[in-house]
Amino acid sequence: MIIYIPTPLRVYTGGKDSVEVEAPTVAQALEALTQAHGDLRKHLFTPEGKLRAFVNLYLNDEDVRYLPAREASVVTASDTLSIIPSIAGGC
Amino acid sequence: MPTITESTALPELSTDDLSRYSRHLILPEVGMEGQRRLKAARVLCVGTGGLGSPLALYLTAAGIGTLGLVDFDVVDSSNLQRQIIHSTKDIGRKKIDSAEEKLSALNPAIDIVKHETMLSSANALEIMKDYDIVADGTDNFPTRYLVNDACVLLGIPNVYGSIFRFEGQASVFATKAGPCYRCLYPEPPPPGLVPSCAEGGVLGILPGLVGVIQATEVIKLILGKGDSLVGRLLLVDALNMRFRELKLRKNPECPVCGTNPTVTALIDYEHFCGIVPGTPQEKNLKNGIPQITVKELKARRDAGEDVFLLDVREPYEFQIAQIGGKLIPQNDVPQRLTEIPRDREVVVHCRSGARSQRIAEFLKQSGYTQVVNLAGGILAWSDEVDPSVQKY
Repeated sequence: MIIYIPTPLRVYTGGKDSVEVEAPTVAQALEALTQAHGDLRKHLFTPEGKLRAFVNLYLNDEDVRYLPAREASVVTASDTLSIIPSIAGGC
Repeated sequence: MPTITESTALPELSTDDLSRYSRHLILPEVGMEGQRRLKAARVLCVGTGGLGSPLALYLTAAGIGTLGLVDFDVVDSSNLQRQIIHSTKDIGRKKIDSAEEKLSALNPAIDIVKHETMLSSANALEIMKDYDIVADGTDNFPTRYLVNDACVLLGIPNVYGSIFRFEGQASVFATKAGPCYRCLYPEPPPPGLVPSCAEGGVLGILPGLVGVIQATEVIKLILGKGDSLVGRLLLVDALNMRFRELKLRKNPECPVCGTNPTVTALIDYEHFCGIVPGTPQEKNLKNGIPQITVKELKARRDAGEDVFLLDVREPYEFQIAQIGGKLIPQNDVPQRLTEIPRDREVVVHCRSGARSQRIAEFLKQSGYTQVVNLAGGILAWSDEVDPSVQKY
């Protein structure tokens, strides 16, 4: 599946705007992502391993927080995961 | 939402109005009643910069009866690449005065109310309570959370837009049934992770695109027509010209707009966003990274010291101006750590000191123990050490 990387985090994926991973669930897809790009881990997760609250994760167009299985949701190769961070620019 | 719903309470349209707004009057979705609603509406634009420029201009053109402007900034030449409400002759002038002049010229019938102040917890509720809708065109996280919370507390919709480089977001928060900004982002990012427009750059047209989307949503809310962005996050990727939409849900546990709110008054938003004023002992430390001034760097070099200077800008910037640093663009740093010595001090620099601060923090987290940030970057070097170094 494809994981879309937002602009502020691309510095940690060597500038890539998307990363392809193979995984059966959302949580494992994120694990695969942070295995491949270790510096992402602390920006996505707290030291306790929870997803940081300023990072939103969308499975296709649904917020993972509101899915019945949340991060354990099953994913297929055609699904996409989007990491949506807060941006504040307006000036 | 506008409190005026009775047709008889709406202001009449003058002969000038009928002529000026004829293209609106012809539209079934607007018509006489819609235009009268626009005339009755009171909208507050927070910011008259990138987003505020198109917002204020189009709302004025559309005939919003009362337009409040909040801004305390002054026009700078670097604003003119995107803040199209201001002109070259306005450089050095207060943005709020420059904006008022252009808006009055466009539509003299609009009542422009200037709030020349920085929005804060002390004044936000007082300023915002006189408006029906707020359009957020600010450029920092503390103010975004402030505007959101104030809108929820006052029961006023918050038409949201934000930009970064070539990406934008838009939505409508703080309606009674819909989510608020905190439902989407309960927690702000750590300071320094998301650069401002000055630090990260922004495609000039981008706030134009997003600001007009915001103006559209304001007008739709007033008219009560169409499908608004309540519960929807519109993502704009201008570089690839892709528009995506994500579903936003109201969080029942949201501390501000949920069923049992714990935030019932405005808080200290700088503190909430982790921006702590430096104490005297810490003034040379930022997020644990020692800062060096350009004068100090110059003095050390003049004394013959072989300083390892890491330049994390892009190649095109290096071509414009450089101060003898080793160029490793910021995105390449993680892959080129072998080129950055661990056994001696590394001074990191960029154009203004922001990117280099982030890279310095990254190096520290990667185990480097002697990393220093050049405060002010190339810009400060040009101002204080060597004016022949081109500013850009």
